[in-house]
Amino acid sequence: MATMPLDIEEAVPEQPEQSNGERRQVLIGYKAWAAKNIIGLVFLVTTTVYLLTPLYWLFIASTKDNTDLFASNGLWFAHFNLFQNLSELFTHQDGIYGRWLLNTILYAVVGGAIGTLISVLGGYALAKYRFPGKGLIVGLVLGGALVPPTTLAIPIYLLESKYGFANTYWAVLLPAFLSPFGVFLSRIYATASVPDDLIAAARVDGASEFRIFWSVAMPILMPGMITIFLFQFVAIWNNFFLPLIVLSDPTLYPVNLGLATWNFDPASHELLYNLIVTGSFLAVLPVVLLFLFLQRYWRAGLTFGSVTG
Amino acid sequence: MATKTELVAASPPAGVVTSRAAKPRPRISLSFSWLWPYLFLLPFLIVFVAFFVAPFAYTVIQSFYAEKHFGGLGLTPPKVVWVGFDNYKQALSNPDLWDGFKRVILFGLIQIPIMMGLALVFALLMDSAVTRFRRFFRLSAFIPYAVPGVVAAILWGFFYTPTISPIAQIFRSLNLNPPDFLGASTVLASIGNISTWEFMGYNMLIFFAAMQAIPQELYESARIDGLTEVGIARYIKVPMISPALRLGLLFSLIGTLQLFNEPEVLKGLTGAITPTFTPNIYAYNIGIIQNNYYLGGAIAAIMGVITFVFSFAFMRLTQRAS
Repeated sequence: MATMPLDIEEAVPEQPEQSNGERRQVLIGYKAWAAKNIIGLVFLVTTTVYLLTPLYWLFIASTKDNTDLFASNGLWFAHFNLFQNLSELFTHQDGIYGRWLLNTILYAVVGGAIGTLISVLGGYALAKYRFPGKGLIVGLVLGGALVPPTTLAIPIYLLESKYGFANTYWAVLLPAFLSPFGVFLSRIYATASVPDDLIAAARVDGASEFRIFWSVAMPILMPGMITIFLFQFVAIWNNFFLPLIVLSDPTLYPVNLGLATWNFDPASHELLYNLIVTGSFLAVLPVVLLFLFLQRYWRAGLTFGSVTG
Repeated sequence: MATKTELVAASPPAGVVTSRAAKPRPRISLSFSWLWPYLFLLPFLIVFVAFFVAPFAYTVIQSFYAEKHFGGLGLTPPKVVWVGFDNYKQALSNPDLWDGFKRVILFGLIQIPIMMGLALVFALLMDSAVTRFRRFFRLSAFIPYAVPGVVAAILWGFFYTPTISPIAQIFRSLNLNPPDFLGASTVLASIGNISTWEFMGYNMLIFFAAMQAIPQELYESARIDGLTEVGIARYIKVPMISPALRLGLLFSLIGTLQLFNEPEVLKGLTGAITPTFTPNIYAYNIGIIQNNYYLGGAIAAIMGVITFVFSFAFMRLTQRAS
């Protein structure tokens, strides 16, 4: 409420000289605008409450023991049990949760980094060279970006078990290297940000094509690469279907799958509530923090995706 | 040999003059230059073939085979034999698969418009009416997208479980019966709520980013023409961001056909989610749980085709509309 007069003042200078009648009309316009603004604000606040409440609950719940989870008010603290929950979480089943967390970091960091590098190499080639077969590859990239990873999971499993590397680290890691969307994005970035003149100049200086990519184009593409890495990282961190299908050894699980198996088990389910809650909270935290600290990078990805899509 | 020439050529740092003077070297680099784009693309193409083309091809081939027992009593080990389209006939004649498809299509017809409508209104409001706290709204809308789908389902599962749910607590404190979120008639809506919660903010941000790219002059001339903010939204913003809308709708459509994580996680809480609840759950149960690679492969292939047909039809239809 208190903010509205300020907004009106900000808007006034845009309308210079006006007659009385016009001014009255404008004022009516402002009233309508202010009313709409309140409705709008109410909508935004309500939606935001809807979006944030489950996460707020998750945080509160992770500080409770199993008794308080059921008995106390779900939206406020009871006995502060977070640290006991954490130590229980990391010791339950010989500390398998820590293993899951490390596995997830391995899959997401290594898979994301190598996937990004592969994508940028390809996207750069598609942006800066003319060569026979380019149209076909661009088509493959676009088609590939539209195929959801879930469609591929069962076929990938069938092939992996044929070649005997299902249920290994490779089974999850290797498919993560593929990111047609990453190639698509890096092609756009390279077209937009690496000047042809610069490449030509480097050629005149006698740099090899790979050297040009590595020392001229890559530094320019670095912000775009971080964006691609971020999206790839989150996709791998959040992936569930593929690990569920290709892994059977719990020590190889990512944290997602591990939590889901605790959640599936009807016998232990209720006894593990505090661990599932605390484990979920801990699994969400790194990705949320990554988004908070690298905001401008993911925003760049969204803008490019929307403008060119 | 070739690498050696390159190394020598690259070594003099200020070799601009000498490189121009020495004629043969540029010719060497020219004659190899056609190879570079292919070399750059090679890692992608290898991964693409290994984890995209090959799995699909192998699955399609597998789908024409089946394990058969010969020798009557089933004492001999089964043999894998060519069965032609039998797996496809079996899968397509099973009403469970079609029920699954009907269920996800019903789901999409209701959930996608609600989610997209909310996302669009949210983006429009952020773009024009409520410019304060924009950073906060944008960020909080996006946070659910960072939550893994499985964790989102586990989390909402707690909200749906009467003994622990804060919603049920509120109902009980008002002396009301808490709603049954996990009944046969409500569970689909409860899953829709999870999907909306996860992806609304993501779509909103894509729409918002596209709106921010609209040139401001368009609004000015529209205001001179007497268009209200609602009119501007209706006649300028929405048409201008139609590529983003189309993309968002397409991804939602594909995601809906592939529905898996949320029902799979919730199935521990309710009997209403059957092993044939969605086509993907069905394929998973046949192909992975029952270990019938051949029939599972056929279902996966059918799903791939149906998803492709839907996406293609959608692209065609919306292309004509815009």
